Order: sequence, then structure tokens, then C-alpha cells
Amino acid sequence: MAGVREWLSGRGRPPGPFRPEFWRSPLRGPWLTSVFGLVLLVGLPIVALTGLVSYAAYNPGLPGNDMTPSKGLLGFYLFDWPTSPVWLYRLTQGTHVILGLTLVPILLAKLWSVIPKLFAWPPFRSPAQLLERVSLVLLVGGAVFEFVTGILNIQLFYVFPFSFYPAHLYGAWVFLAALVVHVALKLPRLVTALRSRGFRREMRTGLRDTRPEPPDPDDLVAAAPGPPSMSRRGLLAFVGGGSLTVLGLSVGQTMDGPIRSTALLAPHGRDYGPGPNDFQVNKTAASVGVTAAQAGPGWRLTLLGARQVLLTRQELLDLPLHTYRLPIACVEGWSTEQEWTGVRLADLARLCGVAEPGGVQARSMQQAGFFNQVSLSAGQVADHRSLLALRVNGADLSLDHGFPARIMVPNAPGVHNTKWVRELDFRVPS
Amino acid sequence: MNRYGAPAWHLAALIVCYAVALYVFTRIISAGIVLGFVVWFAGAVILHDFIVLPLYSLADTGLQRGLRRRPPVNYVRVPAALSVLLLLIWFPLILRSSEYYYRAATGLSTEPYLLRWVLVTCALFAGSAIVYAVRRRSRR
Repeated sequence: MAGVREWLSGRGRPPGPFRPEFWRSPLRGPWLTSVFGLVLLVGLPIVALTGLVSYAAYNPGLPGNDMTPSKGLLGFYLFDWPTSPVWLYRLTQGTHVILGLTLVPILLAKLWSVIPKLFAWPPFRSPAQLLERVSLVLLVGGAVFEFVTGILNIQLFYVFPFSFYPAHLYGAWVFLAALVVHVALKLPRLVTALRSRGFRREMRTGLRDTRPEPPDPDDLVAAAPGPPSMSRRGLLAFVGGGSLTVLGLSVGQTMDGPIRSTALLAPHGRDYGPGPNDFQVNKTAASVGVTAAQAGPGWRLTLLGARQVLLTRQELLDLPLHTYRLPIACVEGWSTEQEWTGVRLADLARLCGVAEPGGVQARSMQQAGFFNQVSLSAGQVADHRSLLALRVNGADLSLDHGFPARIMVPNAPGVHNTKWVRELDFRVPS
Repeated sequence: MNRYGAPAWHLAALIVCYAVALYVFTRIISAGIVLGFVVWFAGAVILHDFIVLPLYSLADTGLQRGLRRRPPVNYVRVPAALSVLLLLIWFPLILRSSEYYYRAATGLSTEPYLLRWVLVTCALFAGSAIVYAVRRRSRR
């Protein structure tokens, strides 16, 4: 008990990690931390911004589209999502997911480099220090929370006790608030630390000449360093190599052609064999309760506008058909470009007496799951490449790709390309 | 230095940070996910700082003690760490934890991922062994 009283009074320290001599790595130091910090300073804002852009891509202002209706002021930046360039969402969301994965080793290395500070004793010396340390809980918690939820979600491992969308969005804002303050407080130290050692010279320094950095006011440098088992350049190559390994094994799922098969460790780089319909499926018909019988000859498309129109699939095929190469780009980061043939949404609007549609609500035969109803904007309906697709790569859609008909809108997130469409409701005020 | 322990702008910056976080917290409450969110958020810190980091540090210390210097530890440590990193990221696929939803979504099984990870691990160790052999030879 006397010991505990002494620790609390600041005269003594608890044992183990609270003692400076516990931390032995001769590589920890402000320069090393700053190198990792600089990479994250460039990378994390890109991941965050592309994530926020993805929210806008859902057009949450339209009925039923908002997955986080309690957003309040956090939706301040939302804008009408464009249909051009068609590859924009493919690029931003692919970047969000793949860059996020690539930064995992850097984040781990950064946290490793500063871990002794978690056990600083006394825990704080001033109110300023206390406030700053508590904000680090938001920073580290936010970062790990965002990476963990994102990484589990892209693997469809839904173990979290909340919907992914609000948790990942709100977690991002907590993280961003803490990150901005952290950068504001630490940027001068990052600059000083990076200038303290030449990067090129460090790249020429092998294990034999590796020495600890000089003692620093933040106590990152070990008080009693052990002998190095790796040079600083070796550690950087190790961490960078980790990033390249993760990148190289996953980036293929955002590409088409033979390079896609390099995505050995990524959820959606899979091979479905050759054939017009053999590209990535996300949500099989069976999993959402759509049967071949429902999609059979009895299927009718209902158009709702100034009048109601029922169309068979053959009647749709007899309308003017248009063919475009358009990507499907999923919020989970994978994407693929295919050649779609179908009827323009604008033509279908005219068919039911709506000359200038204010948008459309597409309703699916799918029973279960999110997105069995999606709202598309006036701009999306008006784009001449926005189709009710009937065929892909010259063949009828397969059931898993949305037979008898699916929406294909340029640059829309994948979930907005509603499959197994049964009804298009153009009664949206313009 | 004042009683606060830092310049006034330090306090101002942190107040803004906490104000934003507090507002976001009201959104989390409003979304009805507050309990799960707080548990996972705190769990994220604990998972990293008190489980993942100590575990890989211990494993590394053990590896260094076990190997002595033959072969130099980095030729084992680097491929082993990269392999564990890939497992850490992709365990729901590799260990087939997400099989149910994965099959529902893609129509495919998670079955190939274990073999892929093993093969990548083999390739990492093989690459490391080749680098070791080449360097040893060139040193002679």
C-alpha cells in the first residue's frame, strides 16, 4: 500500500511498462515516429475524404436513401451526386478501401513507435496534458474502430452490434475531430524531428552503424536501449513492404482483365469462370428471396407516372435499346466494368406520361435486405446512359445479376443499381 | 507557464475537438447504437494497446531468444510478421468466419482463402530464404 501511495504522489513509479527502462527498442524516437506520422498525414485524410464522398454518392437527400438519417449537421457538405465521369465512384471508393488497407501496417507501426507514452508516469502533470491525453483515446480509439469496422464489413463479417453505416460514419467524425487537433499540436514537432536526421543518410545506414536517436523531451527514445536487431531503413522497408504486400494482394479487385486474379487476399476478386455473366456477384437471388418463377414469363414491369403501364420483358426488348460500358462500383471497394444493354430510364418515363421526371423510385422483387427500394435523382434519370438493363455483354442477365431487368446508372454506387426491378415510380415532383 | 500548462490556443483547439466529439455523440445516441458503439470504441483501444501490441511484442522477443543469430532473426521475423499481418486483416475469410454472409452475397465459398494465405506465407518465407542465401554468398 505504501508503494501505491508513493506512485500516486508522484515520488515513485509502478513497475513494468511504467518504468522507462522497460522499453528497449533503440529505434523508437521522434524521427521514426514522424516518418510514419507523415505517411499517415497524407494517407488518412484521403481515406477520410473519399469516405465522406461515398456518403454523398448515396444521394441521402432523396426519400429512403439515407442510411444515417440522424446525421444532423454532419451532412453539411452533401451535394447532388453526378453521373459523370462514370468512373468517379469506382476511383474514390476503390481508393477509400484499398488505401485504407494499405495504411494498416503504417498505423500499426506508428502506434508501436509511441506506445511507451501510454505508460508515462505520472499520467499527467498539468490540466493541458490531461486534456490532450484524453483526446488521444478518441484518436487511437477512432482510428482502430474505423479500420476494424471497415475491414470486417468488406469481408461481410457482420459481428458488430450496430448497423455499419452510422457507426462507421460517426466513428469517422470522432476520429477526424481528434486527428485535426493532434496534427495542430504536433505538426511543429513533426517538422523539427524530420529535419533532425537526413532521410537519404538514414537510407545508407546499415545495422552496424544504427544508434538510438538523441534523448527527446517526449521520452520516445529508450532510456536504456538494447542492441539493435534491425536498422532504421530495415524497419521502414519492413513496414513499407507490409503495405505493398497488402496492396498487391487486394488492389486487383478494383480492376478488370487478368490483373484481377492477383487479388488473392481480397473478398471480391474472385473468378466466376468465362462467360458474359461471369463477373462479381454481390447479393445472390437466393439470399434475398427472389426465385426463377418470379422472374419468369409472368413477370411484368410496372411504370407509374401520369398513367400506369405494364410491360412484359419482350415488350421492353422491343423498345429502343442502347448499349454502354459502365462500371459497377461497390461501397465495399471492388469494381468491374461491363457492357450493358437496355432501355433508357428517360424513355420509360415518357412512356408513362412523364416528360421531365424529377427522379424515380426503383422497387425490387427482393424481399430481404437493404436497398429493395432506391431513389434516383432527376439528373440520374436524365442521363442518356442510365438504363433499365436487360442484357449484359450481349447475353440476357443471369438471375443473380438481376434478371429480368436491373438499373444501371453511370457513377452510382453499386447498391443503387437495383436488381430484379418490378416497379419504376416516376411520380416524383421535379 | 500558466496554471493550465499550455498556451490558450492549446485549450481552444481541444475544446473544439471535444465539442465536435460531443455533438457526434448526440448523433450516435439518436441513431440508437450508443451502447454497442461505446463498447466497440473502447474495445478498439484495449484490443490494440493491451492485446495485439503486447502479443506481437512477446512473440518477437520469443523469436529472438529462440533463434539466437542463426539464421539472422530478420529473415524469419519479416516473413512471419507479414503473414500474421495478412491473417490479422483477412481472418474472417481465411478462417471462414464470414462464410454465411459471404456465400449469400457472392454465391461462392470462403474455402479457397486458407490455402491462398498458406501459399502467400510460403512465398514470403521462400523469398526471405533466397535473399538470405544470395547475401551470404555475396559476402564470401
